[in-house]
Amino acid sequence: MTEATGGIEMEEDTSGKVKKFLYVNRKAPYGTIYALESLEVVLIAAAFDQDVSLAFLDDGVYQVVKGQHTKGIDVKNFSPTYRALEGYDIEKLYVEKESMEARGLKESDFIVPMKIIGAQEMADLMLSQDVVLSF
Amino acid sequence: MPITVAGKTIETDEEGYLSNRTDWNEEVAKEMAKVDNCDLSQNHWEVINFLREYYDEYQIAPAVRVLTKAIGKKLGPDKGNSKYLYELFPYGPAKQACKYAGLPKPTGCV
Repeated sequence: MTEATGGIEMEEDTSGKVKKFLYVNRKAPYGTIYALESLEVVLIAAAFDQDVSLAFLDDGVYQVVKGQHTKGIDVKNFSPTYRALEGYDIEKLYVEKESMEARGLKESDFIVPMKIIGAQEMADLMLSQDVVLSF
Repeated sequence: MPITVAGKTIETDEEGYLSNRTDWNEEVAKEMAKVDNCDLSQNHWEVINFLREYYDEYQIAPAVRVLTKAIGKKLGPDKGNSKYLYELFPYGPAKQACKYAGLPKPTGCV
């Protein structure tokens, strides 16, 4: 298990202990590899049966907006994959309200149901985690 | 290592997955299965077709746990279990069936 966690520090004798993982996404979906890499890590880590949450802040909120068309930039549109997360038992998805509103977006603009939370709640969410991974 | 189907050469990666997903057709699947000494039955096709639909919808090949659960939902509990799927695809249901379905190797699959 420790090897598979890729350098994340795990105390000994924690086999079977479920930890809280939060994946923080702050970058636009295309132009850099961060969004796609984050999603892939989430899918891989889903096999470890941990308590997983995803947060979308800043331009990261664009990762989960509906109606992405990527033909013009000749890259794969991976946004439908967020809809597969439910099948991986990943159902805690959060969008920061301030980031959403600053970009003129609303709750119905997202490809999957999102929990919209304010900056303070987001900070509390981060504090409550065992592991926070930023992309 | 490329495979030849109906006189046409089709590129695959070193593990036998299609390099170009659009090269897929049923004959390609049969040829890939033949290489593995596997005769594709109706039950195999059910899983292969399911995977192709899954990929069209979600743009990924599902992990085996997710595949098993989804097959159970769609085709019933007698098919949505590891024993049934491993009997059909002894090299690993996600891995082997994805190959025949012309999909990339499932994410997280080593």
